[in-house]
Amino acid sequence: MSGLLEQMTEKALAKNIPLSVQVDLTYRCNERCVHCYLDHEDHGEMTTAEIKHLLDEMADAGVFILTFSGGEIFLRKDFFEILEYARMERQFCVKLKTNAIMIGEREAARIRDIGVESIQISIYSHRPEVHDAITLVPGSLRRSVEAARFLKSQGLRVILANVLMVQNMQDYQGVRALAEELGVECTLDPTITPMMDGDRSVLSLGVDQNALRRVFRDQDLIPDVEEFCAIPDPADASALSNLPCSAGHTACYVSPYGEVFPCVQFPLVTGNVREQRFVDIWRHSERMKEVRAIRVKDLSTCTSCSHVSSCTRCPGLAFMEGNMRGPSSQDCEKSFARTGVPSANMLAKKQAARDLVQIRIVPSRTEAQPTGAIA
Amino acid sequence: MSSLYLARNPRVAARSLDGEMMIMSGRDSTLFTLNQTATILWKSADGSTPLQVIVEREICPAYEVEASEALRDAETLARELAGHGILRISEQPIVPENPAGGESR
Repeated sequence: MSGLLEQMTEKALAKNIPLSVQVDLTYRCNERCVHCYLDHEDHGEMTTAEIKHLLDEMADAGVFILTFSGGEIFLRKDFFEILEYARMERQFCVKLKTNAIMIGEREAARIRDIGVESIQISIYSHRPEVHDAITLVPGSLRRSVEAARFLKSQGLRVILANVLMVQNMQDYQGVRALAEELGVECTLDPTITPMMDGDRSVLSLGVDQNALRRVFRDQDLIPDVEEFCAIPDPADASALSNLPCSAGHTACYVSPYGEVFPCVQFPLVTGNVREQRFVDIWRHSERMKEVRAIRVKDLSTCTSCSHVSSCTRCPGLAFMEGNMRGPSSQDCEKSFARTGVPSANMLAKKQAARDLVQIRIVPSRTEAQPTGAIA
Repeated sequence: MSSLYLARNPRVAARSLDGEMMIMSGRDSTLFTLNQTATILWKSADGSTPLQVIVEREICPAYEVEASEALRDAETLARELAGHGILRISEQPIVPENPAGGESR
């Protein structure tokens, strides 16, 4: 984050202003990615008028960075009308997330004319047989890459977003090389998100410790591997008073049905803009306030963890595991892969597993010992 | 009388954050914050009001400065903002731009 943006974010935090919001315009999609967490049926998306009204409310509330995502945003017939309104009428800084397969030369030129900060395109491999097997759409890699070229040729900032999973874990360097060839940026994320309905089976697509370790030690990705993988310093008092992340503090998420969540990865409904003003949900929702009140020192297991000051713990993933103040196991795995030091959560789970199979001999009938074993 | 006209560049993103104007350049995503005078120019830059009128109406009363001195400073500032692609300046009134070309799909 640039120094000035950091300053503005601090100011937004102090003034309780939602500086950055992601709005998913639709959950419908023209790809069927094997790791996707969404239900692609349309259960009553907001209309054009409802979205414009929401944009008015968000601009008045101080939202500056607006990300349009989905689903596939270009499936909405009114997408350009919404984008133009957001840019021309309400002066948002707009970012787009798309698979780009519906972007041709004409659309790319139109996006340039309207002006967006960046367009993030999902690319899972440089090899069609791998990428298309993840999206389940033959020809999707070719079309997405072609779109990236059109957008780049218009002078737009393009970012290839790669999610690391079992299917493509050999290919992230190929995606980076593709990005280099296209002259665009590239990101890599090893996080697989559980389905919105709570189904966690999709997590089996996540890469294992060995793959994570390899990625975290790849000098092409990590400028200073030694520092990145160093064993963390013990947390001081200031680290314990830190905020867990920006969710609910300076950022939030709105679904195509108008529900407001602390983050796209934090499925706790805090209100619905079809029933309440956006700013009222942001300021007064009890659930939003609960999320906002949490400090690192309030986390149940993590406060005693040696990674607490450097962990990327996601409160939304923790919530999906059952406790928004609890650990997020995927981030425990990442911390372990970086440093080789198991997290407090991992140690506790290991202990619990040990207790489950433990058989202790009770010394006498009258002196029963607590065993923690299955009764 | 200065015949300079100012218009907001529709390609930038802008938001007032607790009274402080944040602008992100459409050219290279550079973030700027505007001081109070620059904010006045930004808010008044409708393409049809001459800079001199903006200075007389908005800046002189707020800062109790000589009109000629304020106009000189405002011109310098306006040209600087134009250099960053935040404002457009012209010696003629500026017709609002429709970057999307008015096309509908």
